Amino acid sequence: MTQYSVDERGYYGSFGGAYIPEMLYPNVEELRQKYLEIINDPSFKEELDQLLKDYVGRPTPLFLAQRLSAHYKTNIYLKREDLNHTGAHKINNTLGQIILAKRLGKTRIIAETGAGQHGVATATACALMGMQCIVYMGEIDIKRQAPNVYRMKLMGAEVRPATCGSKTLKDATNEAMRDWISNPVDTHYIIGSVVGPHPFPDMVARFQSVISEEMKWQLKEKTGNEDPTHIIACVGGGSNAAGAFYHYLNKPKVKLVAAEAAGQGISTGHSAATTFLGKTGVLHGSKTLLMQTDDGQITEPYSISAGLDYPGIGPIHAHLFETSRAQFIAITDQQALDAAVMLSRMEGIIPALETAHAVAALDYLELQESDVVVINLSGRGDKDLQTFINSGII
Amino acid sequence: MNRLQKLFSEKKSNLLSIYFTAGYPSLNDTATIIEALQDSGVDFIEIGLPFSDPIADGPTIQQSSEIALENGMHTTLLFDQIKDIRKTVSTPLLIMGYINPIIQFGLEKFCQTCHQIGIDGVILPDLPMQEYLESYKSTFDKYGICNIFLITPVSSTERIQWIDENSNGFIYMVSSAGTTGARAGVSDEQSSYFEKIQKLNLKNPTIVGFGISDKNGYEKACLNANGAIIGSAFIKMLSGSTNLKSDIADFIKGIKS
Repeated sequence: MTQYSVDERGYYGSFGGAYIPEMLYPNVEELRQKYLEIINDPSFKEELDQLLKDYVGRPTPLFLAQRLSAHYKTNIYLKREDLNHTGAHKINNTLGQIILAKRLGKTRIIAETGAGQHGVATATACALMGMQCIVYMGEIDIKRQAPNVYRMKLMGAEVRPATCGSKTLKDATNEAMRDWISNPVDTHYIIGSVVGPHPFPDMVARFQSVISEEMKWQLKEKTGNEDPTHIIACVGGGSNAAGAFYHYLNKPKVKLVAAEAAGQGISTGHSAATTFLGKTGVLHGSKTLLMQTDDGQITEPYSISAGLDYPGIGPIHAHLFETSRAQFIAITDQQALDAAVMLSRMEGIIPALETAHAVAALDYLELQESDVVVINLSGRGDKDLQTFINSGII
Repeated sequence: MNRLQKLFSEKKSNLLSIYFTAGYPSLNDTATIIEALQDSGVDFIEIGLPFSDPIADGPTIQQSSEIALENGMHTTLLFDQIKDIRKTVSTPLLIMGYINPIIQFGLEKFCQTCHQIGIDGVILPDLPMQEYLESYKSTFDKYGICNIFLITPVSSTERIQWIDENSNGFIYMVSSAGTTGARAGVSDEQSSYFEKIQKLNLKNPTIVGFGISDKNGYEKACLNANGAIIGSAFIKMLSGSTNLKSDIADFIKGIKS
């Protein structure tokens, strides 16, 4: 049977690994040696579970979207990660990593952010724990996502601009890695997605796996069967998808569907559909599918949703793509906007634009009346209001 | 034994190496810079192959890489610019860069082209030893290309010895925790790290890099290592240069005199 979890060498099939400069080796090696022991420790689980319950508001509801189900003539459930504290799934990971960081004796936290959601979730966790927080953000994103910059600052984080390269998420990630190189002893780097050197992809997937863990008993309660027929999630780096797929990876009857951002269209040159446009390469510490020139320079992706605006995907998703375990569907900006309007008007739930890509994927599936579809509703759309207004759909 | 290994067998101290980014300041300066460095008596030269996301580099080399890429530098063009370099240059040459452009060029083709042109070694900071041994070493060995690995002040003694065991050119001693770029001198703490490494009696020569910017840093590094590498400070000089040949000669004279 194909293995979908990470192997001992830190690989998912041929993807993953730890392609890091020697300066980062002690940090990453320390994590690799200790992360499983720490996160499997009963007192760690107890501390994290308590916070997820009392601070984040878990378990998040699994909601039967009746009007949407009627529209598609099937049964569609929404896993309401948008109802988490800070409005998205990102907090599941930042709380897990900050407790881990404390147990490693770290006193200073760094993070990268694109749209600002992971930055806000990190600033939140740091405020809660009284830890110093520095968030790297592309200079262009700082201008585009001003409200999130102020949210981070309000919670005491320092936001440092990445001023080199394309001045967006990948450059913010570069800057965070450079910071970690320069501060090898006291600092932990909270990566926001299932990317980076091993063990980050596995660690982040484990912290997000609470999503599918809850789905199992919630589905059992509601349908009598813990297995749905389909799980749909959007993929930028892929942390919410990794969490939603996690406990179903080895159940081949459950179809896994990943919605990527086609931007203005796959062949327009303004896209972030990595599995359609990418080639195997190495960036930010792992071997994975990357959007790049023939010469191996990483290209700047485009999507209307800043959270999907990353030139690669996590190695776990590259493996799910290569083995055809997951179906990858590319959704355009317009399709995502239309899906956001549809969900808003049919269910009274305004999804994040990232999440709207997952909703739009419904149109590509041949769904039966008896099917049970779960959409991971990874985030809420308040942050995207200006984009909705600018697009003219309101 | 290639030129680099021959150099280390003949010269044991005060080695000086210079790094520059190919395609910077202008696209076609590559051969001019290499020849000027040879003329000014540099012991070996690192040709930087620019990458869009250089995570081990500080602001100076980030900027030179960005400009080089904007100028149009790429792997095939670099090889084309230096294809006849061995007619005029006998100084050992290395390519320093990141692994992704090499994966896209093709590892075998890359090593083969290096061999044909007369490149003696490569330095790829994001290709760690473990991955190298498993998937890359046999190809580098086949074409006689040395792969140079980094050690840092936070590397354990055991790991340093393992890296030494598997290296065949020199050990690149990163001077302090940080990315490339000029720092103010060499601290006492760094000197004691250099001394610690010297006492390990490694089989490979050690060359200190990252943060060495001037005569004082070079001389301090040479007290406990076989030599030193200057990169960012050299690039800063190039950025303001109006006459590459004479400015490079003056810069090297300023270090070695």
